[in-house]
Amino acid sequence: MNVGDMVAPRAAFGEAMVELGKQNAEVVVFDADVCASTQTVAFKKAYPGRFYQMGIAEQNMVSAAAGMSTLGFVPWVSTFAVFLAKRAVDQVRVSVAYPRMNVKLNGAYGGIPTGKAGATHQSVEDIAVMRCMPNMTVICPGDPYETQLAVHAATAFKGPVYVRTIRCPVPVIFDAAHRFEIGRSYRLHEGSRLTIIGTDMMTPKALTAARELDKEGIAVRMIHMPTIKPIDEAAIVAASRETGRVITVENHSRLGGLGGAVAEVLTEYAPCRLTRLGFPDCFGESGDNEAIFSKFGVNVENIIAAAKQAVADQ
Amino acid sequence: MIINTVADAGAGHTGGSLSEVEILVSLYFELMRIDPARPEWPQRDRFILSKGHASPGYYCTLARRGYFPRERLREFDGIDSMLQGHPCMLKTPGVDMSTGSLGQGLSAGIGMRLGGERRSLDFNVYVLLGDGECQEGQVWEAAMWAGARKLRGLIAIVDCNGVQLAGTVAETLGLEPFAAKWEAFGWRALTCDGHDMQEVVSTLAQAKQSAADGPVAVIARTVKGKGVSFMEGKYEWHGKAPNDDERRKALAEIEGSA
Repeated sequence: MNVGDMVAPRAAFGEAMVELGKQNAEVVVFDADVCASTQTVAFKKAYPGRFYQMGIAEQNMVSAAAGMSTLGFVPWVSTFAVFLAKRAVDQVRVSVAYPRMNVKLNGAYGGIPTGKAGATHQSVEDIAVMRCMPNMTVICPGDPYETQLAVHAATAFKGPVYVRTIRCPVPVIFDAAHRFEIGRSYRLHEGSRLTIIGTDMMTPKALTAARELDKEGIAVRMIHMPTIKPIDEAAIVAASRETGRVITVENHSRLGGLGGAVAEVLTEYAPCRLTRLGFPDCFGESGDNEAIFSKFGVNVENIIAAAKQAVADQ
Repeated sequence: MIINTVADAGAGHTGGSLSEVEILVSLYFELMRIDPARPEWPQRDRFILSKGHASPGYYCTLARRGYFPRERLREFDGIDSMLQGHPCMLKTPGVDMSTGSLGQGLSAGIGMRLGGERRSLDFNVYVLLGDGECQEGQVWEAAMWAGARKLRGLIAIVDCNGVQLAGTVAETLGLEPFAAKWEAFGWRALTCDGHDMQEVVSTLAQAKQSAADGPVAVIARTVKGKGVSFMEGKYEWHGKAPNDDERRKALAEIEGSA
């Protein structure tokens, strides 16, 4: 995998799980009949004895994984983000988060890209739901390479972790020099006019926007925020104090996700104007991913327009 | 002990705690392989109170069995207490699983047995459910899975006291034919009088033996609020603690019959 390649994070996740299975015999995988989609099918083939097919019954799956973790195993529960963060959310809360079980959750098909499956399968609330849950760590990797690093970091971490994986191919932006750490953000572009903070597959888009803006003489700071919880508060405060204006962009509802988390930090410690780019408060629809992003205002051109507006306001 | 625990706290689920007593005593004093001095012993049998609201009966059993001093029962439901309204495995010695939201315990029991299989540990997992709780869909997701896989070492015990929070089980959402439902999901179903100690012990012993071949459900016919005439069969006593006067009357009845 090289910088610039287009790779689906779900495929990278599937590969990472196989590697993880080789390194760590305590890792087991729970699936609810979506392994061909989430790509844990590779783990199933490599380690059939450590793969538990639970059928289309997510609630039982989540609580069973919690029970198995009490024996010292590290279960990765893998299904679509919509089901983990909504259908089985009470099981995540009471069976996993409350007793601080060492269970890892793969929220596959995060956000809009679902292969045209439409509103029911588009998870635009999962970050908000998982973020407000005590004991839960929330990671939204920015590219396929970081997805793999996040799999290993989440496994090494003791306690519940939610990792969001994306269905469609996205550009690889990180290389072997990237050091992923839970709770840390990464400055990918330097500038002082304002700060754009991106997460998951919106980070490559935000980076593209930052580079475009640079060409037009608007130098912006671009921060990648892979861990939504615990969020890198210091980086957000510094962005406000040093650049005076913040834009967030996410493949998620504008309510309660990255934008919400950044707003909380800014309001409390370093108030400045904030523009939250994200999915509006409505249900999505079927269609090409890029067409949906454009229709609902979360694409590269929207980021550029928001940045120019912010500069014009100054 | 149960009456005093809930009355001291001024809160707690009295009815469902009194219906489960014989089941808990049979498990903790006769059948389970446990060592209260080593609550984390890997070889131990596990117990999950899926009907987590019946924690007073559970805590009294654990205290009696020596997991913690009986005096600690006075902390029940209090601030900073190790005895939460619903069981918390991080706070209470002897509690194998945190519960409280109904329907999750049997699934957790499946996971514990899967872990046991992978570690080659032959412990049994006993999961105590309420009959009203079996209205939760997750119970049947778990029943379906354990039955289809013929999962060994898993024993579901249903405290069938026939009464739930706001009425009887029959009028709320009836479960009969209950044993046939478990059997249809691939479980062996046994039935007993949940207040006849000898029958409870012998039925659970039979279940334990049978669990070597696949999952077993024990349907224990019980009475909510058992032992206190004014509580028996009354949904009003599902989630309420007795006041001082009621405590005296209840204790007099229980001690009088003992």
